[in-house]
Amino acid sequence: MLGKLFLNHYEAVAVILFGIGMTNLLLQRNLIKKIIGLNIMDTAVYLFLAAKGFVEGRAAPILISNGSGGWLNSSDLYVNPVPAGLVLTGIVVSVSVTAFSLALALKLYEYYGTLNIDEALMKMTEEQVELETTIEKAEEDVLAS
Amino acid sequence: MINIFAFNIPFASIFLLMITAIVTPLLPKKNRFNEKFSCCVIGLVAILSAYLLYALTNGGQSLAFNFSMGHFPAPWGNELRAGPLEAILALFFCVAMLLSLTGNFSSTAEDIAPNRRQIFCVLVNLLMASLLALTYTNDLFTAYVFIEINTIAACAIVAVKEGAGTTRAAIRYLIMSLVGSGLVMIAICLLYDLTGHLLMQNMHGAIQVLMVTKEYTMPLTVALALITVGLGIKSALYPFASWLPDAHGTSTNASSAILSGLVLKGHIFTIIKIFYRVFGLDVIHYLRMDTAIFIFGLVAMIMGSVHALRQTNIKRMIAWSSVAQVGYIFLGVGLNTVAGVAAACLHIIIHACVKPMLFTAAGGLSAVAGHKKNLHELMGTFYINRWAGLGLIAGAFSMMGIPAFAGFASKLSLTMASFDHPFIVWSLATLATSSVLNALYYVPAVIVVLTKNKNAQNKITAPEPTTLYKFSMFVFLSLNFYLGLFCMPLLRLITRGVNVLQ
Repeated sequence: MLGKLFLNHYEAVAVILFGIGMTNLLLQRNLIKKIIGLNIMDTAVYLFLAAKGFVEGRAAPILISNGSGGWLNSSDLYVNPVPAGLVLTGIVVSVSVTAFSLALALKLYEYYGTLNIDEALMKMTEEQVELETTIEKAEEDVLAS
Repeated sequence: MINIFAFNIPFASIFLLMITAIVTPLLPKKNRFNEKFSCCVIGLVAILSAYLLYALTNGGQSLAFNFSMGHFPAPWGNELRAGPLEAILALFFCVAMLLSLTGNFSSTAEDIAPNRRQIFCVLVNLLMASLLALTYTNDLFTAYVFIEINTIAACAIVAVKEGAGTTRAAIRYLIMSLVGSGLVMIAICLLYDLTGHLLMQNMHGAIQVLMVTKEYTMPLTVALALITVGLGIKSALYPFASWLPDAHGTSTNASSAILSGLVLKGHIFTIIKIFYRVFGLDVIHYLRMDTAIFIFGLVAMIMGSVHALRQTNIKRMIAWSSVAQVGYIFLGVGLNTVAGVAAACLHIIIHACVKPMLFTAAGGLSAVAGHKKNLHELMGTFYINRWAGLGLIAGAFSMMGIPAFAGFASKLSLTMASFDHPFIVWSLATLATSSVLNALYYVPAVIVVLTKNKNAQNKITAPEPTTLYKFSMFVFLSLNFYLGLFCMPLLRLITRGVNVLQ
């Protein structure tokens, strides 16, 4: 079992990194740290894909000249291009998601003055209680008059 | 054979919505022309989907076809797939989306500033495009990309209403969704690693071979579990549904209707496709995932309702009720038979029609009560906005499963489907308990709305509901009765679709 882990050490490291990233995304209270966790998680997946896509002794999937005006086009010479394509797509997705989360984090900071999501929740409940008491007071005043 | 026009509809509808999303910000904002334009495009896509459904099921046949994108043939290229089931879902998704937008046309204007409404239009079109792409795609990685587009658009339509509460709800929703999509992504990579394919039918072939040789059973189980949990988080399966009431309860009415009615369903249908087209029912059963889903469904049915009982805010109550309804769908999927999945798909459609109606009605009622959302403040609102009142009553009856209302049809079909299942006692008992629990919180809401408010001081002179609101509510109500009374032809059509899904 342990031997297999060592044989696939890239994948093992990728999965550990994925776990670290996901734990950060779930458990950190600070939004920026959460977003960093998200990026670690996504990068771990790219490492996993890159490790799986690599075959020892093969070149990147770009045709190599055979020296006499032609190309070396045997499929045994190159690695599969699909994992690299998936990594690129994943990076694009991850960039847009990160940008969007940072924009929302900025908005939260504007409203609450904090990046901590629990503090924001506490402030919100305080505001609600305040609002309700003012409304009740106003209603009592109307009834009294 | 299918004609060339129908053959191009799946791609054309996704493409049309994407283009509309890009074009709408350039259109004039006067008289809300851009919003009307995007509604028209969604209506057009609904008509196209209806034609596709007709072409696929014309004359008793059940056709399905693959549409290859680009110039690469099957094992390498990207594909869309359309069958009767996909066409039915696309049709009802478009109709529900259109009605959610038209029904809440005036409340959207109240909640969202004019310059943000433009963004709202873009997001709604993107969301619709991603939903259709999830419905039609035959490639697992394309599904992942559209899941992410769907996530961003769905969180953004929560945050588009300005306010501290919505921003916080959107962030919670986003974080949970990102955890879900991370799990889905690593699971897809694992599956790609094990099978060497990304197209669903090729993956299915490779998994069948693995099952015969009994190799890599553990990684397959892990990948399946990760994908189910990831998509389960996104579709608000019970223990992972803590984000839902905030996101659905605080956003503007149109967003709540769209999120509850459609966004959850897109992910659930992706699970169904992965179960059916990638793994196959026998493999799902062998890996014990059907039992796990079944138990999660049972727990969700009860716990969603229990949480809904404790709510005083009407929108949060309806949002928690969605969690229970998602439980019904997962119960159907967990039965792991054609009848069960067909019943689950019928419930997807029925819930996609009823839940937006409930949110639209709740929005109309709270608007006449001075935008108050607590149940006791809605007393007597039925008499001020009767269309909204009727919508709430019909929706509540439907959720309780009163005969002749839509919800009855899906409960009936779920019950019928569970008859030849070993866990029949559990499923029937939970269905009954859940119906009673539904009644426990919907009946008081209906009674409050119907009780005449004698305290004249609180009477608010509310504006008359617009013609568009009345029209949308009329269509919602007719759909509700149509699905409740004549669901059998639809169920037969869905069963034919499920049969050709593999």
